[in-house]
Amino acid sequence: MFGNGKNGSNGGERRDGDGAIIALAGVRKVYDTGAVKVEALRKVDLSIKRNEFVAIVGPSGSGKSTLMNILGCLDTATEGSYRLRGEEVSGMSIDRLADIRNRRIGFVFQNFNLLPQLTAFENVEMPLLFKGAPAKERRERVESLLGQVGLADRMQHRPVELSGGQMQRVAIARALACEPDIILADEPTGNLDSAAGGDIIGKFEELWAKGHTLVLITHDGAIARRTRRVVRVQDGTVVDDAPAA
Amino acid sequence: MRALALIVRLFRGAAKIQRKRMILTVTAIAWGTVAIILLLSFGEGLKRSLQTGSRGLGENIVIIWMGETEKAYAGLPAGRPIRLVPDDVDLVLAGVPEIASAAGEMHNWNVQLVNGRTALNKRVVGVHPAYEELRTSYPRSGGRYIDELDQKLKRRVVFLGDQLAKDLFGAGDPVGKTLLVADTPFTVIGVLQKKKQMGMYGGPDADRATIPLSTFEAMFGRRYLSNLVYQPTRNALAPVAKRHLMEVLGAKYRFDPADTRALQFWDTIEDAKRLDAIMIGLQAFLGVIGALTLIIGGVGVANIMFATVTHRTREIGVQMALGARRVYITGSIVLESLALTFAGGVIGIGVGVTIVQVLAAVQAHVKSEAMEVLGTPTISIPIAVATVTLLGLIGLLAGYFPARRAVTVQPAEALRFE
Repeated sequence: MFGNGKNGSNGGERRDGDGAIIALAGVRKVYDTGAVKVEALRKVDLSIKRNEFVAIVGPSGSGKSTLMNILGCLDTATEGSYRLRGEEVSGMSIDRLADIRNRRIGFVFQNFNLLPQLTAFENVEMPLLFKGAPAKERRERVESLLGQVGLADRMQHRPVELSGGQMQRVAIARALACEPDIILADEPTGNLDSAAGGDIIGKFEELWAKGHTLVLITHDGAIARRTRRVVRVQDGTVVDDAPAA
Repeated sequence: MRALALIVRLFRGAAKIQRKRMILTVTAIAWGTVAIILLLSFGEGLKRSLQTGSRGLGENIVIIWMGETEKAYAGLPAGRPIRLVPDDVDLVLAGVPEIASAAGEMHNWNVQLVNGRTALNKRVVGVHPAYEELRTSYPRSGGRYIDELDQKLKRRVVFLGDQLAKDLFGAGDPVGKTLLVADTPFTVIGVLQKKKQMGMYGGPDADRATIPLSTFEAMFGRRYLSNLVYQPTRNALAPVAKRHLMEVLGAKYRFDPADTRALQFWDTIEDAKRLDAIMIGLQAFLGVIGALTLIIGGVGVANIMFATVTHRTREIGVQMALGARRVYITGSIVLESLALTFAGGVIGIGVGVTIVQVLAAVQAHVKSEAMEVLGTPTISIPIAVATVTLLGLIGLLAGYFPARRAVTVQPAEALRFE
């Protein structure tokens, strides 16, 4: 149902030795605010394989958001190596990183981050526009994706006309638009009531079952338990990495 | 092309925030545009007025007065007066191929002109027929200028300046009427078309009577010309024409062709060039003042674009997260800035053109010396092009700098922005 079955058929792609999609080695991130330097991440090593369902947990200020930004190429590491599907990302140009985010990574944010002046259809279409997909392909893809998240009848609605759960489903459709290698979700249920939140996690499980790779950032233990692997971050480093209980 | 379409889409999605500030900004640009259009139009009007004024004397002509030799030549001493005679006009025309046309002119400064009970003492000149074209002395309809036959037959015919005709004959048409010139009856054959004349010698053409040169010689017993007017075949050949003329006349009157005092030249071609240069300077000056006013409007646009970019930081962060390259983001911001600038520009051009046309209409009705010199404000193609180019440049710059700032932050930072 999700991803049109294309995922998992990347056999020919270059890959790290252990088949990891994501491989962080010795990643460090220092925020230089002028007066003080804050070390948000120190020596993080992390490897995520295809079709894993990972939760990154930790208290606020632990560095998990920084880690998510680096995984999503939204920010660059101060030092260390980040290989995304075998390709070294650190040192890439700004536009190259934009292309990487466009094609390889799908984002789901806590506050949805839909563009308020665009309809649901246009929001999902946006990454396809950036990719340069022709109009016909875009329309088919967007219609199919919105259908899959159960919003076929809400395509021309603007975000303000949608409920929180519906907005997050639009965001999931958008994250899937360019068939990314990995979906990064930052507290995706943080702004939703428990019913809508449960529904969204259900969607993620469905995606995982379809062969997608998912990384969830959360501080909610209940949600972390529904994943298959929990990476605990504290004081800027990985303190525990174990299968979900 | 695809990138452009995408930029337009992003722009369409974003451009509807901060309405009040936008109106102010558009007004500022419109104001600047009006200023630049008015200033340049007045400059253009003044330029055209001065050009017509100088055409009133004659186009691309040179006038020669008689002088005195300064250098001893061929055994003759310095200080000899050089006096030209009417035949020298033919000599010059035959001997200098670079001269297209020439006419002699004699002046009598104080001749009594009588029509019935009206008597005036005015200047009377005798000229060759070629003078009409050379000195732009065209007749009003219903009349004619002095022609070859008049000259050949020494006819007693007179061509009147328009002011003089009015003073002598009132509002009626004097053509065909008889006028006493120094007690001799002359037939009025034409009246000068009203013209704007800025350069002059001895007074305006409007206030004198003109008769054939042959008649003048016979009546007043003159031998020598007061001056000679000629026109080179091309402006570029004017210096050659002058040198050859000096050689031809120098050979006849035995003076050194390099003697600058033997004959005195008034080269209106040179004057026109100088006037053009001055006008270019004046227009540049007016343009700069206008441009500065417009640039203030541009600062307003830049300001609002900075505000918009800040306001939209998060949206820009989302677009970057979804994979927008820098050019898509900067492009849509620059496009918005251009749209604001051109909205102001269109209003400004509309208002400016209206004001110019109203002023032109008012000026056509109000008779005033100062207004006449100032000329009618005129919008020309170069003014329009300059204004639009400047608007485009301002819009581009006012959008570019905020846009550049927008894409220098990391997407993570933009997404955190509240």
